[in-house]
Amino acid sequence: MNKVVTKAYQLLRQPKAKVEQEIDQSKRSFVGGLVGASGLAIAPGVMLYETASAKPADQPVTNAVRWGMLVNVNQCTEDCNACVTACNDEHGLWPEEGSTTDSQWIRKLTVKDPTTNHSKSFPVMCQHCEHPPCVDVCPTRASFKREDGIVLVNMHTCIGCRYCMMACPYKARSFVHEVLENQLPSTPRGKGCVDSCNMCVHKVDAGENTTACAEACATDGHQAIVFGDLNDPESEISKSLRDFGGTQIRADLGLNTGVRYQGI
Amino acid sequence: METVRYSSIAANSAKFWALLIGLGSITLIGLLSAHHMEVEGHIISGMNNQIVWGLPHVFAIFLIVAASGALNVASIASVFGKVEYKPLARLSALLALALLAGGLAVLVLDLGRPDRLIVAMTVYNFKSIFAWNIFLYTGFFVIVGIYLWWMMDYSMQKYSKKAGLVAFIWRVILTTGTGSIFGFLVARSAYDTAMLAPMFIIMSFAFGMAFYILVLLAAYSWTNRPLGDFILNKLRSLLGVFIASIMYFVVVYHLTNLYATEHHQVQKFLLLEGGSYTAMFWIGQVIIGGLIPLALIYMPQTKNCRKTLVAVCTMVILGGLAQVYVIVIGGQAFPLELFPGMEISSSFFDGQVIQYIPSIWEILLGIAGVAIALLLVTVGVAVLDFLPDSLSDKITAEIKK
Repeated sequence: MNKVVTKAYQLLRQPKAKVEQEIDQSKRSFVGGLVGASGLAIAPGVMLYETASAKPADQPVTNAVRWGMLVNVNQCTEDCNACVTACNDEHGLWPEEGSTTDSQWIRKLTVKDPTTNHSKSFPVMCQHCEHPPCVDVCPTRASFKREDGIVLVNMHTCIGCRYCMMACPYKARSFVHEVLENQLPSTPRGKGCVDSCNMCVHKVDAGENTTACAEACATDGHQAIVFGDLNDPESEISKSLRDFGGTQIRADLGLNTGVRYQGI
Repeated sequence: METVRYSSIAANSAKFWALLIGLGSITLIGLLSAHHMEVEGHIISGMNNQIVWGLPHVFAIFLIVAASGALNVASIASVFGKVEYKPLARLSALLALALLAGGLAVLVLDLGRPDRLIVAMTVYNFKSIFAWNIFLYTGFFVIVGIYLWWMMDYSMQKYSKKAGLVAFIWRVILTTGTGSIFGFLVARSAYDTAMLAPMFIIMSFAFGMAFYILVLLAAYSWTNRPLGDFILNKLRSLLGVFIASIMYFVVVYHLTNLYATEHHQVQKFLLLEGGSYTAMFWIGQVIIGGLIPLALIYMPQTKNCRKTLVAVCTMVILGGLAQVYVIVIGGQAFPLELFPGMEISSSFFDGQVIQYIPSIWEILLGIAGVAIALLLVTVGVAVLDFLPDSLSDKITAEIKK
């Protein structure tokens, strides 16, 4: 469909003499019909976009949505690592156990109260702050926050200074220490640059509106991670936060994180 | 001032060429190390995702801080009107430029993508103190360059005092910017304090002065030019004041942190339980970089002893490197407190103190930064008239009149 429309557009842009050469009246009416059909075909898509927040690739993201995640710590079990494995598979990370240099975008953090010995385990990743310190300190604006709240690293302009890693309060970022092979096309990464959880931006932009970790957690039956639009009062994440509350890690820093927790 | 004559050093002695080749070789080895690290990645360094800034940053920050301090001697003459320092000013500015070049070379060569330096030079995030520093550093080159030119060009000398004032203000801002790289890191317990900016300024005074005295002594001794005790003792006394000031700032920094319960753990780590970092602090920074040099400076027996002065300056430099090491690497080794008061653990080494062992490549790159600085000074004094023919006490006395 797109090819036909493009061809029609190209024909209309050509010099008049050439158009007269190439187009007879039947073609003209055929193109006219196509344009009408395209309009009909696109209209529902526009409607879909408005309702489902899936973003056409040629349109910028907007701040009408703010993507976020909610982790219910009480539903997260200590021995489960599904979210971490799913993230590694989704983004082609596969860190070696015990490696101090491999990238880890999400990890299970065990938090123990030394006075009571009570401990909990839950995933921690980039918290996608509204006021991200990594973005503040990045000299080349390679660390940036999209309008929809997702914090990313531009792999074309990251110079590998690691100041963002120094500034991140959540230890969410990793530096690629060696030559990578077999990167996944959906997750561009490379030696000498910094990377971190991108909230599965390729899925979000494709309209899937989920993340690998949230999907894996649901598949495993825990439902501990909810992905959604924090700006939409009717989204599951907003409703849950409204009804049961939620906390931010290091809320004292005033970063207004996009990842919230319940039960810590 | 008519009594002071400047001249370049003779570039035909075996000693000069040996120095040049030696420094050039160290520089070359450092550059090859950096190239190796760029090809293989930082996997061959001792750095990791916990200690993200390593020994190259220690050298780079040390040299950048020392650079602004090396300009002090010139500032004392131009800004504070002490005429006896004026003959020392040209070398002071040259050394400042050279140290900054050496430090920046190390910093840039340690980048994950040094090939993208052009991005750093063309795309700016003005909220980043790093981006500000790019302007501060390049501005320093321009301003000190002009200052140097006006000092050396007789027709422009009448303006040199003004250039000196601008350079002095700029260098204070520059060191504030360097200290603020850490001061702005709110999440790290060892940083997050406005104390770091003024502390870096006073550190620069001492490190720069130590470098300056060593270069001055070497230049005058190796070229057989007279260098009197009067001016050396002045510089020695100033160095003593600067060392004492650093110690004051260090005491206040730790005391203010000890007052706040939330910082007790990081202070305990740095001062008592941090292993190599604690040793580096007490033995390197406090004893070698502070107490012994202070004692040697103020002991009457060592007043005119140049060997002691060389030892003092060397110790200040080593102690300074230790201090920057403790700040940069010790500050990172202490785990981030995601949940203050809780014990945390993970596959990503949360809650663990990370030991850092620099690789040979990092060491070679760091040392190359020092070599680059000294190489530039060596070439500089051989090409242009930076050094007075004589700095004897007689000459200094005449200038003071």
